[in-house]
Amino acid sequence: MTHMSADAHPSSGPRPGDAPSDIEPVVEMTGITITFPGVTALDDVSFRMFPGEVHALMGENGAGKSTLIKALTGVYTIDAGTIRVGGTEQQFAGTATAQAAGVSTVYQEVNLCTNLSVAENMMLGREPRRLGRIDHRRMNRRTREVLARLGLDIAPRSRLGDHPIAVQQLVAIGRAVDIEARVLVLDEPTASLDSEEVDKLFEVVRSLRSQGVAILFVSHFLDQVFAISDRMTVLRNGRLVGEHLTRDVTRLELVEEMLGRELEVLERLDREPSRQPDERRTPVLRAVGLGRKGALAPVDLDVYDGEVIGIAGLLGSGRTELARLLFGADASDSGTVELRGRRVHLRSPRKAVDQRIGFSSENRRSEGVIGDLTVAENMLLGLQAARGWLRPVPPRTRDQLVTKYVEALDIRPANPDALMRNLSGGNQQKVLLARWLIMQPDLLILDEPTRGIDVGAKAQIQQVVDDLARDGMGVVFISAELEEVLRLSDRLVVMRDRHKVDEIPNVQTTTADLMAIIARDEEVARA
Amino acid sequence: MRDLTRHRLFWPVLALVLLLAVNAIATPTFLQVRMQDGHLYGSLVDIARNGAPVLLVALGMTLVIATRGIDLSVGAIAAIAGAVACVHIAGSPDPASAGTAITAITLALAVCILLGLWNGFLVSVLGIQPIIATLVLMTAGRGLAMLVTGGQITTVNNAFFKALGAGYFLTLPIAILVSLAVLAITGLITRRTALGMLVEAVGINPEASRLAGVRSRTIIWTVYVFSAFCAGLAGLMIAANTSAADANNAGLWIELDAILAVVIGGTSLAGGRFSLMGTLVAALFIQTLSTTIPTIGIPSETNYLFKAVVVIAVCLLQSPKARAAVWRRSNRSSLVKAGRA
Amino acid sequence: MTTATASDVSGRSFVDRLKGYSPPSQVLPVLATFALLVGMFGVGSIRYEGFASPQVVLNLFVDNAFLIVLAVGMTFVILTGGIDLSVGSVVALSTMIAASTLRAGWPPTMAVLAVLVTGTTLGLAMGLVIHYFEVQPFIATLAGMFLARGLCYLISVESIPIKDETFQSLSAASITLPGELYVTPTVLISLLVVAIAAWVLHMTRFGRTVYAVGGSESSAMLMGLAVARVKVGVYAISGFCSSLGGLLFALYMLSGYSLHAVGMELDAIAAVVIGGTLLTGGYGLVIGSLLGVLVLGTIQTFISFDGTLSSWWTKISIGVLLLVFVVLQRFFTRREVS
Repeated sequence: MTHMSADAHPSSGPRPGDAPSDIEPVVEMTGITITFPGVTALDDVSFRMFPGEVHALMGENGAGKSTLIKALTGVYTIDAGTIRVGGTEQQFAGTATAQAAGVSTVYQEVNLCTNLSVAENMMLGREPRRLGRIDHRRMNRRTREVLARLGLDIAPRSRLGDHPIAVQQLVAIGRAVDIEARVLVLDEPTASLDSEEVDKLFEVVRSLRSQGVAILFVSHFLDQVFAISDRMTVLRNGRLVGEHLTRDVTRLELVEEMLGRELEVLERLDREPSRQPDERRTPVLRAVGLGRKGALAPVDLDVYDGEVIGIAGLLGSGRTELARLLFGADASDSGTVELRGRRVHLRSPRKAVDQRIGFSSENRRSEGVIGDLTVAENMLLGLQAARGWLRPVPPRTRDQLVTKYVEALDIRPANPDALMRNLSGGNQQKVLLARWLIMQPDLLILDEPTRGIDVGAKAQIQQVVDDLARDGMGVVFISAELEEVLRLSDRLVVMRDRHKVDEIPNVQTTTADLMAIIARDEEVARA
Repeated sequence: MRDLTRHRLFWPVLALVLLLAVNAIATPTFLQVRMQDGHLYGSLVDIARNGAPVLLVALGMTLVIATRGIDLSVGAIAAIAGAVACVHIAGSPDPASAGTAITAITLALAVCILLGLWNGFLVSVLGIQPIIATLVLMTAGRGLAMLVTGGQITTVNNAFFKALGAGYFLTLPIAILVSLAVLAITGLITRRTALGMLVEAVGINPEASRLAGVRSRTIIWTVYVFSAFCAGLAGLMIAANTSAADANNAGLWIELDAILAVVIGGTSLAGGRFSLMGTLVAALFIQTLSTTIPTIGIPSETNYLFKAVVVIAVCLLQSPKARAAVWRRSNRSSLVKAGRA
Repeated sequence: MTTATASDVSGRSFVDRLKGYSPPSQVLPVLATFALLVGMFGVGSIRYEGFASPQVVLNLFVDNAFLIVLAVGMTFVILTGGIDLSVGSVVALSTMIAASTLRAGWPPTMAVLAVLVTGTTLGLAMGLVIHYFEVQPFIATLAGMFLARGLCYLISVESIPIKDETFQSLSAASITLPGELYVTPTVLISLLVVAIAAWVLHMTRFGRTVYAVGGSESSAMLMGLAVARVKVGVYAISGFCSSLGGLLFALYMLSGYSLHAVGMELDAIAAVVIGGTLLTGGYGLVIGSLLGVLVLGTIQTFISFDGTLSSWWTKISIGVLLLVFVVLQRFFTRREVS
């Protein structure tokens, strides 16, 4: 489907000089393939790490980062390929065997037990024992030592849950360090840390690096990746697209490689020159200072009738968080929202639907599809919920609506009674789109509506979005694919690090322009 | 043939038919239905009549379980309903009149609806796990019933009230007619309105339902009220059958039979798609089982043993892990699952 | 983070000891239960003569020894986030097995062994089904409940008296304490069980893993802990405790009967919850469950001292206490999440 772009780095293997050739890699994964029902999550990916390096693993949603990590840490079994750690081939049958081989992981949502003490979280499973009983005193002493190495002054006997996430993260690293790991995987370790805490973490990471530990660092903060990593591997759509020394790559090159270029020929939308909002009219939606602590810095946004606002930004940039706040899926803690000039408080999706807003989540499977209901039921769920259970949609209306949208969106199989879970991703997405179209909203928020679906369905969905805007609907369109955003949008909003960093009219904007904004180093701004 | 075995009612119906066949062989007169004094008599009629309370409770339980919930308090609610009705009749100036019976029944059902509101409040508003929330009323409920009856077994003598449990109408026991009527009404309400679909949506994927704008709080609240209503009706039937309210033993363990009926009927305890017909068949199956065991010469108390076997069999049939273990030896799915948990 | 306190090592560790042993989550509910117990005794001693006598307190242990043991087993299960509905039936089955084997002339030690092995095996089987087939604990132990009751009836429908001399003398035995007080050997057994359970839960790897699984099963799995062993193990422990409780109950009643201990699983669950253990798992102490049983016992004592209160107030007040603790727990966990 996706091809490597001509100007991406053609380096699917290590280039000479990448790493000292006399050092054996501590991790060597070759030809790793992992498939799930219907999806190839990793396709013949090779990956190496050397002792004493910080290695960044880069990629967008669905690139295969977490699958690769889970293969390395023994959570998933691989379908093909080999994993060598420290020169010996490994058959990981679970996290315990991976840990025994020296691979430790600190996950994003700290995987410790908040109900236990700090010391227990650090030592559980390896606690010092005497005659079968846990030697709490020795355990606490050793914990204190490890904490000291991390520069952390907390009581070993205090309950982990009483500490902020940042401390929990460091405790998790402490656990990994105490295992004497050769390989330490840090999956989005900085997602919930402030900048001071990040500095602290980096100090620890550097000290571990100097002790010869290989550290796999996964983060969507480009600043941090460039600040800490020595080498990086880039994945896209389950394939390896590049392996570089960090100092050889510019931000722009990295962003290009992560986002890729679509060479597939999508029919050009026969669109007019960008529709510009008439600022004299009242916008459908006006958000002022809308934000949520830890998720999104306050954002201003206007959406007018008949325009598509494209939101561009990397994973974790705040694009999804913005969409969820606009729909009331998460509660905002700052700012106001006006709909057609009327101040509203969107406390819940229910309220947003009543105000004629629709939202299609990026997590189609967990937040959109009701798998065991039929296509027709899924399509009518929104309308039915709005009417309440006492007023069912009359059978005739129901049949008309379903037939209309099955035809209009070319949903296959064209059987309204088919179970939703048996449909392909693209067709599921069309059904979810129909769910909102039936309600005829004034504003439709689409978060990655085309992710992971085939080209045909993608083109159809793009066409629908364009038609909707023409018919006067306001659309907020979010996608990781910049071409798609550019093709559809009238105005562009760029997000980075949970801030809105730019808003430009889409007049002859190119992907390169967008990437430049996304990758722009804001040293000046931060200083 | 494959389609037939895949139908969700296939296994429950097959089990019921087999059980009936065993009975028919053991007792040749089993399948006979006689007409006597304008009433129908026979083992089949008895099974249907004795199974009516369990069926009623199971109907409410089906909807509750479809929303990923459970209602343990139904037995206690049944006892309270019986107690309220009997105490009202016994204490009224005209304890034998139809009017008294009607007010008693109305009063009892109103109390049950209040109790259902209470359960629904704990679950949908306070967000307490259903099993724990309803455990409260399960524990306190029988005490409340005894409070109402003053600890006595309250007997009444009201022909109209008694008819609900032991009477006949158009040759059929009224208990059967009432339970079938509730089944039909439930079927109509869930399938002719959108309640059924919304219940299933909430049970299958609560988050997706929320994002589609479904008022899941109202839906969940409604099913607990309905469950309490059904339990109350069952309790009235039990009390009417003996013309007495026994706060200690009326509806004892009926929640377990009801849950069993729902599970055997093909509704998963994990919520989602439900089948009222499955529940009907399963309730009849459970009742037939209790009838069969003494018929074929096994002490009726071992009933429990057979129920245990049925529960285990159904659980293993429904457990994807158990099926996977039978079909192929592979630990892949478990690993994937563990990783995603 | 690394400022201020690094000056004096011994001073710091003392401060640690003061502020570091973060008790609120674990100990606070237990203290609440204890305060409740003391309060009930306070009210009782004001209202009724002789209520607060030491022997009344000791009788709480004597009359509830079996329930204490059951609650200990249930605590293990609930700490992992599970539930065990089979305990009441297993108690009944245990009395039946003891009574019937003794009637058949088995030596008492063999009878005791048979009871304990049966109970533990049943628990083990339920644990295996729950963990490996991912059947919900509720439904798996419901099956166990039916199975155990069914087996009772299979042994006998009638009540079987226990006439064995060892059992009879044990049942009649009492240990005299200074001040004309006495307890029974069953009390010592139950307290021993509490002590061992507390030791296992706090001092062994198995025990700490029980808490870890209850806190977050997926974390425990990713930490490489023996999740399977613990999840199966707690049901085996509960099965063992139920059968031991059954033996104590047999000593109390001196008979085996299929209708013994009907609904006792609810008392055990109520005791554990009132003792401050979180039904979602991860928080709770065995000592709390002991106090929970004593609270239930005190309610009964209250009602028997007060001639005017009727027996149903027991159930109602247990229900109300359950409600209060469940709602408090709910707000506690909600705060935890946010």
